[in-house]
Parts: sequence; structure tokens; C-alpha cells
Amino acid sequence: MRAKAKPEAEAVTAEMTGADVLIHSLKKENVEVLFGYPGGAVLPIYDALYRSPIKHILSKHEQGSIHAAEGYARVSGKPGVVIATSGPGATNLVTGITDAMMDSLPLVIFTGQVASTVIGTDAFQEADIMGITAPITKHNYQVRDVQDLPRIIKEAFHIATTGRPGPVLVDIPKDVANKTISPDYDSTIHLPGYQPTFSPNILQIKKLADAVGSAKKPVILAGAGVLHANAGKELVAFSEKHRIPVINTLLGLGSYPGNHPLFLGMGGMHGTYTANMALYECDLLISIGARFDDRLTGNLDHFAIHATVAHIDVDPAEIGKNVPTQIPIVSDAREALKKLLEIESPLPDTEDWRKKLTQNSEDFPLWKKSSATEFLPQRVVELVHEYTKGDAIITTDVGQHQMWAAQYYAFADANRWVTSGGLGTMGFGFPSAIGAQLAFPEQTVVSLTGDGGFQMTLQELSTLQELNLPVKVVIMNNQTLGMVRQWQEAFYEERYSQSLIPVQPDFVKLGEAYGIQSFKVTNEEEAKAVFEEAFSHRDPVLIDCRVSGKENVYPMIAPGKGLHQMIGVKP
Amino acid sequence: MKRIVTATVINQSGVLNRITGLMTKRQFNIESITVGHTEKEGVSKMTFVVNVDDNAKIEQLIKQLNKQIDVLKVTDITDQAIVVRELALIKVISNAQIRSEISGIIEPFRASIIDVSRESITVQVTGNSDKIEAILDLLRPYGIKEMVRTGITAFPRGSQKSVTDLKQYSILN
Ligand SMILES: Cc1ncc(C[n+]2csc(CCOP(=O)(O)OP(=O)(O)O)c2C)c(N)n1
Ligand SMILES: [Mg+2]
Repeated sequence: MRAKAKPEAEAVTAEMTGADVLIHSLKKENVEVLFGYPGGAVLPIYDALYRSPIKHILSKHEQGSIHAAEGYARVSGKPGVVIATSGPGATNLVTGITDAMMDSLPLVIFTGQVASTVIGTDAFQEADIMGITAPITKHNYQVRDVQDLPRIIKEAFHIATTGRPGPVLVDIPKDVANKTISPDYDSTIHLPGYQPTFSPNILQIKKLADAVGSAKKPVILAGAGVLHANAGKELVAFSEKHRIPVINTLLGLGSYPGNHPLFLGMGGMHGTYTANMALYECDLLISIGARFDDRLTGNLDHFAIHATVAHIDVDPAEIGKNVPTQIPIVSDAREALKKLLEIESPLPDTEDWRKKLTQNSEDFPLWKKSSATEFLPQRVVELVHEYTKGDAIITTDVGQHQMWAAQYYAFADANRWVTSGGLGTMGFGFPSAIGAQLAFPEQTVVSLTGDGGFQMTLQELSTLQELNLPVKVVIMNNQTLGMVRQWQEAFYEERYSQSLIPVQPDFVKLGEAYGIQSFKVTNEEEAKAVFEEAFSHRDPVLIDCRVSGKENVYPMIAPGKGLHQMIGVKP
Repeated sequence: MKRIVTATVINQSGVLNRITGLMTKRQFNIESITVGHTEKEGVSKMTFVVNVDDNAKIEQLIKQLNKQIDVLKVTDITDQAIVVRELALIKVISNAQIRSEISGIIEPFRASIIDVSRESITVQVTGNSDKIEAILDLLRPYGIKEMVRTGITAFPRGSQKSVTDLKQYSILN
């Protein structure tokens, strides 16, 4: 929140410091919120910020800042902007940067650096953040000359948000931030080596249209690329026109309505039987903005083995990387779908195929125990769905609860689902909810989290307290590192090495220590009463749901197995 | 199989690090890398010799290199008509008596002796990798004390036609 007493920064004064140039450039990029944490090397930047109306969210750990920025970027499509100091501030960002790289989230990260004159001398709080982040950023810059700053910032935002989105880091030595110049904001982007393809090759589109026309068992695999391209409407239109069933990847959930009759559910390790068998048996696989992650494909020897594979992706390097592809289409997902909708092509006869898939869904639906005595974790997700009318933004951490949320929330709309897919980062969930709530203050945001992962970044309760955002923290507390326990049960003869956590903090007292209304519920009746209340007001709430610690996520493709070798498809 | 890949890059600090880093990350087996300036200011050229199992892998390498913001152009020039050069310095054990014998051996390679001491001579040879292998084979019996190779640098020939079979002529092309 802005302090009223602060004087506004001059729009463009003749002379200003590098730090002021930075803040001014951020305004030009329409940045409305920064996620950060101060320190020695960024003191000039924080001083410039003091004179600026841009909102800054002070986390309690830089990892909290960057996961919040990721949540913000994921639901809003706008770049998340992060500031951290040199050395430990910067290295605390590393997990989040890697996470954003894996899940293609647009972030622009500013790190302080020791003064140019002492770079390379192991100066106090010096870290080679350029070297450290080279493999985990789409691009990174160290600003050597303050005159370059306006151009570098423009380029950083451009690179982060175009093509396949990703994190870009800008490292600013302290003396560069302090130096006074007359900035040239008109300097233009100069990136001769970066020209991402946006529109598809029409011959390839034609080839795909022909393949669709003659397919008997086509299926669409829709990933997060559909969400990034805002192509949900076109995807629905295309699938309906040709009557092609649709599967979502974990990160693609919400890109196709979860209640649509053509929707087969999520594919992959904990996907539905129907989705995985469709991927196994299809004769035409149209992958749109999905990268054939191993958690999706299972053993590649059994993946889509009877299919012609068409792959639409903005990133050419994803095409053919894991799965041989007959129809490669480098394109923005929306542009490709628009072209596919325009083109005249015969409609395939998919009736038998769809009948078979419907039969599969009826024979092998997602199942869970029915128990009158136990509080089942899957029920928590169903209840959250009920009390949020299926319209909340759900962020998750990593583990069993994440998979249950993916299986049971049935996202009807895009950009309601925030989860760490590629890196599988515990600690991601709760701070990402804060960022998502900042992007959409009116929305209901639920942090569905595990008792393990929540404890990795729970210090952000203090941030929540300060901001008083209406985030609802729902801990699916099974008193175990559930996913680890599940694998130890299945593959290590129940040797539960370091995965059972009977000793925990009192989460209710913990929440209350941060001034947040907190509740413990041990059964469905209690949960209903607390949810009813919690979702009716605009204050933050923490709910410790004591669920059964023995549930496993099913169905499952065991590691090394193929799509058709799912276990636990029936009770 | 061995492939020769060239990358034209913007001469930014860090570009070499990003490129070698991605090769390590994606488990590419690099045999040699050379980097140097080109005729364009601010633009450098890198030449890699990489060992890959199949075409899909080399395609992936080219795509990954192309994704780097500072990379302007990547080409697998292995199957083009190219000029390839590498320089090697070879310190051979040699007393005064066999110096002229070695001189005779290296002469057809158009190699030269660039340093002489009492018990060794240093030979400089330039050519493609086969030529360097060949001269090393001939010198090895005398005892090689030290040897360094620069790794190859290469680009397409001025004319792509009629010279494509030149490679087979001799090791001296
Ligand atoms: C930072 C990090 N460390 C370790 C792991 C490995 N891991 C994956 S799931 C999991 C258990 C998570 O437990 P909890 O947060 O309680 O969720 P649950 O599976 O019980 O729902 C662990 C340790 C990880 N994904 N991320
Ligand atoms: Mg747990």
C-alpha cells in the first residue's frame, strides 16, 4: 500500500540515478506490484522505491517473494516482478527461478550485485548469480553501463512475456544503481537472435487438417500453452467441430472445461484410466502446448504407439524432443487453432471411438473409499469445490493433496489452477496463493496444501497477516509426507523412512500467532461448518484438516510402466 | 557420429557460459569448441565438434542453441562442402641426429618447426583433423613430449559445387 506522505517521483528529470531509472522503467512496463526483500546491494533501489507509488510486497523470505510472483503471473498472464539483494538474497530465489523456467512463467527478476569495482573479489555478499542462473533463466543480464538500463529492462520484459514465457534476471551492481545519468527511454529493443514464431506454417496446418479428416481415434492433449495463449475458446470450438475428445496435462487443467462431455480428464501418472487409454490407443494425437513430460507419457515405448503425432508448440525445441512427431507446427496455440478452424476439412467419424471412451469412463471412473468413520482427503477437495461453487483459484503444494486437487476439483475455467508441475517444488503453494490473490483481489483463493510443504514457507503467514488478504489456507494434514509414504508403501515394502511426522506444530495456535483465524477439523461435519463460515467472509483463514494418513493416490502408472499398465483403477 | 556445428553469436559476456552450460545439462558430448571474432564487429563464431548417437539428438542440440537469445544462427555443416582447419603444436623428442629425419617426415604436411632445443623440437601443423592424426601417427615413434590442439574452426566453401569430393583427395586438402 502506498504511503500518502511520500512525494511522487518526478516523471523524467534530466538527471536521475540508475535506481530511479529502474523504477521509472517499471512504471512504463505497467508493473503494478513488486515482490521483494531489501538488503545492502539494493539499498539504492529501495530508496528509489520509497519515492515511488508502485506497490511492494515484503515477503518474509525471498522464496516467498518469487513463488508469490509466480502465482501472480500464472493467474494474470502478466509478468511477476521480483527484487532481491545480492548474494543470499539472490540465491534464495534459485528454486523459484527454476520452477518458473520449468513451468514457463513470465518473471522479471532484479538482483542487486556488489559494486562493479569489486566483482570477482569474493566481496561481502557477492555471488555469481549470472553463472548460477544461466541454466535456469530464459535469459539473464548484468548491467555494466547504466545507460543500457532502459533498453535492458525493455528487453527483459519482452523476452519474459513473448514466445514461450520464462524468467529473465537482471543483475544490477550497486554503483550502477547509484550512478546519475540522463536516461534515454527511447532506446529500442535490439534482439536479432530472438524472433519467436507466432503464426503457423499453413502447409503444416493443412496436413494436420487432412490427418484429422481421416482419423478414427483422434485425441487432443492440451497443456499450459493453451492457457498462455488464451486459446481456450478456440480449443473448445475445434474439439466440438470435429468431435475430438480432450485430455489435459496437469498444468493444462482449466484450459478445457472440466465438465465438458468431450473431456476425458487429466492424463499421466495419476490421470484417469480413460485419458491414459485414449493416449495409448489413439491413431491421431494432437498435442497443443504440452511438452510430453515423463510424468505424462509414462514409459515412452508405450506412448501413443499407434498414433500419428501432431505437435503444436511455440517452442520448436519441444517438438520431437521426447516423442517422434510427424506433423510439427511451431506456433502460438491460439493462432494455430484459429487457422485450423478456418480451413475446410472433412470431419472425422469419431462416434465409435467416443462410445468406447465413454464406456471406459463408466467402467473405470476415479474412485475413493467410502468410509463413515474416516475423514478422506479427497472429500476435502470435493467440499472445497462445493463451498467455492467450483469457481475458486486453487493453488497447491506438491504431493498427494496436489494430485487429489487435480483429480477432484474439475476446473470449469481457465487460470484458476496454480501448481508446481515441472519442478514439483514443495513450499510453492502457500506463497503462490498470496500472489494470485493480489492479482485478483475479488476472487476466492484457496491454498490447498500439505502439512509437509506448508511448513517450508509458512513464514509468509506474516505477509498474509500484514496484507489481510482473504486467502483460505486449507491444510490437508495427513501427518505424513504422503506422497513419499505412498511410494515407500508401494515400492519399498512399507519401510517408512523419514516420512511419518506425528510431531507437528499446533497449526491453529500457529495461525493465531499470526493473527489469523484458525480452525482444526477432524471430520466432514466439522469441515462443513467451518467451510460454510470461512468462505462467507473476506478475512484470511487457516483450516487444519486432519485427514486419514493412509490414503493413496490412485489410479497410478508406476515408474517405468506404460500408459496401459495403470494400477489401482478399481477399488 | 561426429558432427561439426557452427554458431554465430553476439559477443556478450556470458554467452559462452550459457552455451557450454546447456551442452552439459543436455548431456552432449563435446569433442572441441573454438571461439573467435568474425568479420562483423560484436559477432563471434563458435565451432563445435560433437559426438551424437542419432539425428534427433543433433536436431535437439541445434534447437536448444537457437533458443539462446544471443545466438544468431546455428548450422550443422558436416555434410556441406567446407574448409576445416585445426592447429596442433607437437613437441617431439629429438636430438640433433634425427632432426633432419623428422624434417623430412613433416615436410609433405607443410608443417614447420617453430622451436628447437637440445633434446626436442616443436612442430606446428595446420589442417583438418585427419591430417593432424596422420602426422601424429608418424611422429609418435620418436616420442611425443607434449601436444596441444586448438580444436577445429570451419565454414562453408565459397562455392558449394564441384568441390564436394575434394575431401577424398588426400589428407593435405
Ligand atoms: C522441496 C522439495 N523437497 C522434497 C520433495 C519430495 N516430495 C515430494 S511430495 C513430498 C511429500 C509432501 O508431503 P506433504 O506436503 O505433507 O503433502 P502430502 O503428499 O502428504 O499431501 C516430498 C517430500 C519435493 N517435491 N520438494
Ligand atoms: Mg502430508
